[in-house]
Amino acid sequence: MRTNKILVALLTLLVCPSLMLAGTVSGKVTYTGTPAHQKPIDMSKEPSCAKQHATPISTETVVTGANNALDNVVVYVSAGATDEGQVPAQAITYTQKGCQYIPHVLPMHVNQEFDIINDDQTSHNIHPLPKVNTEWNKSQPPGTPPIKEKYDKPEFIEVKCNIHPWMHGWFVVLKTSHYDLSKEGGDFKLPNLPPGKYTITAWHEKYGTQTADVTITGNETKDVNFTFKATAY
Amino acid sequence: MRFIGAILFTAIAGLIFVASFTATVSAQDEPLVGPKPPVVVKPMESHIGNITGHAADAKSDYRRYCAGCHGDYGDANGENAVWLDPKPRDFTIATFKCRSTLTGTLPTDEDLFNTIGRGITNSNMPIWNVFTKQQRANLVAYIKIFSPRWEHEKAGTPITIPPEPPVTIESISHGQALFAKLECWKCHGTHGEGDGPSASTLTDSKDNPIRPYNFALGGKDSRFKCGSTNEDIYKIFMTGVDGTPMPSFADVIQPNDAWDLVHFLRTLQVHRHSKENEVLTAAHGVIPPYVNKNPPPAADTNKAPGGGQ
Ligand code: HEC
Ligand code: HEC
Repeated sequence: MRTNKILVALLTLLVCPSLMLAGTVSGKVTYTGTPAHQKPIDMSKEPSCAKQHATPISTETVVTGANNALDNVVVYVSAGATDEGQVPAQAITYTQKGCQYIPHVLPMHVNQEFDIINDDQTSHNIHPLPKVNTEWNKSQPPGTPPIKEKYDKPEFIEVKCNIHPWMHGWFVVLKTSHYDLSKEGGDFKLPNLPPGKYTITAWHEKYGTQTADVTITGNETKDVNFTFKATAY
Repeated sequence: MRFIGAILFTAIAGLIFVASFTATVSAQDEPLVGPKPPVVVKPMESHIGNITGHAADAKSDYRRYCAGCHGDYGDANGENAVWLDPKPRDFTIATFKCRSTLTGTLPTDEDLFNTIGRGITNSNMPIWNVFTKQQRANLVAYIKIFSPRWEHEKAGTPITIPPEPPVTIESISHGQALFAKLECWKCHGTHGEGDGPSASTLTDSKDNPIRPYNFALGGKDSRFKCGSTNEDIYKIFMTGVDGTPMPSFADVIQPNDAWDLVHFLRTLQVHRHSKENEVLTAAHGVIPPYVNKNPPPAADTNKAPGGGQ
């Protein structure tokens, strides 16, 4: 029994991709120009949420950081990965708290299960608006269990709560698990890429997509940076 | 050489700005250029009782009676569509309002069959009682040719509806408590008049403004879009009105609680003749505050089942 386990462990180590040659693509997402001003949200209609924010939060269509960093950009391998379709086992969560979606953008793999959680003292309705996947709309009162869902086709899906019209987020369903969300200074990192040619795509909900091609030849880190042109509207 | 090229390309590509991301999502969404191809009538079927409907047999009925609004291609682009509010259903996305099945699933053949026969009140969708059952069944099959979902997915399973308990003032009172607790009033308003705090902001999934149902409007036989019986109301809020802000409550309301809610909703239809309004009148028009007859033991309060306030 025990030797079996050791054997399995050894075998796993042998085939484990992280021990083989694997590179990393990392970089920064920035913007040029002046992004539209993000307006403060008036939550006075929902006092249980309003009181959770010492100062009113702003819309999150464009979230920026120091040195022109652009947050909430999904950077992912859109072509070249050989492990497409391997659904990550870990569940991911999308939390409604203070009448806000956390995270604002949730990247996920096709068919990966995710949990929607209501941490508020008010009912929310979760109403994603897919065009390719199936549309549903569910009420989630306070204290009810997580809603478990998954999507079976790649798509960028807008998420709404009709009760609180300022709530706005995204599900980004990808056919790869090589993705990252730019945050805290626009940084992203895509590790564990075996040698090969890849297309890296960066998607922003307002500024669209950009792509870059990159070749990984061994244990190396390739720098790829994306610069989006901000629009004032 | 190739290596340097790759790096150079990476750098340049990084600067390219692609204005629209939708193009990468699905190339099929591109509008067709040139004359439109003929409609391909796939061999879809429908089954209603012992009647089998065939899409091919509905071709001329659809073109004659439905295409003017729903469009030759089922895409809601019929010549009359621009004048209509709400817009006709777009059959290419196969999202339907009137279902006995859970949110996000396809309706059953009966659901569609009943909708066509019933028409949709407060909209331009006519009542189609001129057709034979066979014709209607054929039309149900025809609707399926417009979305590949009908080839890849089965219709949802109808929700189970327990027998309706008697209408009592206690049931109505519990229903009122649920209406408050589940925050139906945020959209429908405290008196169900469609004027809740979120009402003015609502849009349907195609971004057209939409009003929550006003229960108080309508006369003594006021109907819903998806039927007029107590069982229809039960189905409506449990399965949700897909394609609109009206969410599904199937996961959060216990079956018997749902009946209490139905009974309360009936009293919001103030002009309607109903058993519920009779019971309310007998109680001098006052709904007493809800008192839980089986309160959970004090220490266990937060373990109370959802919806069972
Ligand atoms: C005068 C315009 C008009 C005509 C003609 C018409 N419809 Fe409709 N139909 C509508 C509108 C508008 C709606 C959407 C109503 C709403 O959303 O409240 C609709 C909705 C529907 C629905 C969706 C029901 C649901 O659950 O979402 C079906 C099915 C349907 N129509 C079938 C038909 C068939 C079959 C015909 C022809 C026999 C037909 N319609 C003719 C206007 C029309
Ligand atoms: C987020 C807003 C919202 C909430 C919350 C909401 N509704 Fe609705 N409801 C709507 C809208 C919008 C419509 C109109 C749909 C249409 O016209 O197609 C509607 C329609 C309805 C209808 C009529 C459907 C028909 O067939 O005509 C019923 C019944 C109903 N709601 C019951 C409820 C109940 C009960 C609750 C609470 C348990 C509730 N609603 C919560 C927005 C809401």
